[in-house]
Amino acid sequence: MKTDDLVMLLATGECAVPEHAAQRRYAVVLALGMAAAGVLMLGLLGVRHDLAEAMRQPMFWAKCIFAAVLLLASLLAVLRLSRPGASLDRVPFALSAPVLAMWGLATVVLAGAAPEQRLGMLLGSTWDVCPFLIALLSTPTFVASLWTMRSLAPTRLSLAGAAAGLLSGSVGALVYCLHCPEMGAPFIGMWYLLGILIPAAAGALLGRYVLRW
Amino acid sequence: MTDKGQLDASEAHLKDLLVRGLAGEAPAYQAFLRDMSAHLRAYFRKRLARLPDEVEDLVQESLLAIHNKRHTYDAAQPLTAWVHAIAKYKLIDLLRRRAGHDLLSDPLDDEMDFLAASDSEASEAKRDVGKLLQQLPDRQRLPIVHTKLEGLSVAEAAQITGMSESAIKVGVHRGMKALAALIRGKP
Repeated sequence: MKTDDLVMLLATGECAVPEHAAQRRYAVVLALGMAAAGVLMLGLLGVRHDLAEAMRQPMFWAKCIFAAVLLLASLLAVLRLSRPGASLDRVPFALSAPVLAMWGLATVVLAGAAPEQRLGMLLGSTWDVCPFLIALLSTPTFVASLWTMRSLAPTRLSLAGAAAGLLSGSVGALVYCLHCPEMGAPFIGMWYLLGILIPAAAGALLGRYVLRW
Repeated sequence: MTDKGQLDASEAHLKDLLVRGLAGEAPAYQAFLRDMSAHLRAYFRKRLARLPDEVEDLVQESLLAIHNKRHTYDAAQPLTAWVHAIAKYKLIDLLRRRAGHDLLSDPLDDEMDFLAASDSEASEAKRDVGKLLQQLPDRQRLPIVHTKLEGLSVAEAAQITGMSESAIKVGVHRGMKALAALIRGKP
């Protein structure tokens, strides 16, 4: 088939496409991913028994906002990396802002604590399961966001995969907030972040294989 | 007019064609793809001086990719950046498959040049998209043949094939994606 004939073929029939296709697809990904993470959390872990009590403490909300801001920033990254030629612009700053804020808070908290208490504050009582549970809760969003990204057009595959991983990690962390009993900034700045980075690393590694088009 | 002025004018012209095409104006979309094939050809010809036989195939692969991924274009974004990123991605993808970046005869990071060159002299494509089309299953092939080669409406194609109208639309959509995968040499 000659190229001119291919052009004819492509231009014949329906050429209109709905607007904001990417935004709408990721809205579905987030809704489904969050619902699935919620079901996993309720089924496997359960809501923390003192949730009503915890919700009166600012640190509970700081933890949720940390995850929510990371979620929004990584959503921006995902949207841009799903589109050929769109630049990341200031998205890296938006991604690092909540992390730096949590580290700042952690530094203040650790500096004010007695030296022998610091390690305990960093490890909390669930450090050995926290990152893995966050990664577990992120899996539905991870699969759905990579699947959706493939239907769009990422051109920087490792970076795009990492962004999809960050998005799903943030969803996992946000839902995990409802179960997790930890309330310390040092703990969150360390183990929550690590939990979010597990799917991000997996996405960066898988991106070049699963996102090709 | 200066070079810069000319490039800005082509950018504005092509963007207008694409935006109208995406809103459903087939003639504008066809004009966009025709102009784009000349820009793609010049871009690949310059960069694949050592693989001249691949140029036309890559032009066709990129056109199909532009078509299949047209929903990722955002009118707030410069058109040049979008098509250049797709062309560059397809070029790198080809080189990766052929395992040799040293086959490249020109640098890739010159987005600004993309619309500067245009080449309307098509060479023969090695791979026949028409033959690949025959490999698709009927539920994808027939909708494409009727609506895109014969130019029938979705309703007419549905009547001829006995498929539902939504099955025709889905068949076209999936068929074009399957065609792109066949072109890349994937099952």
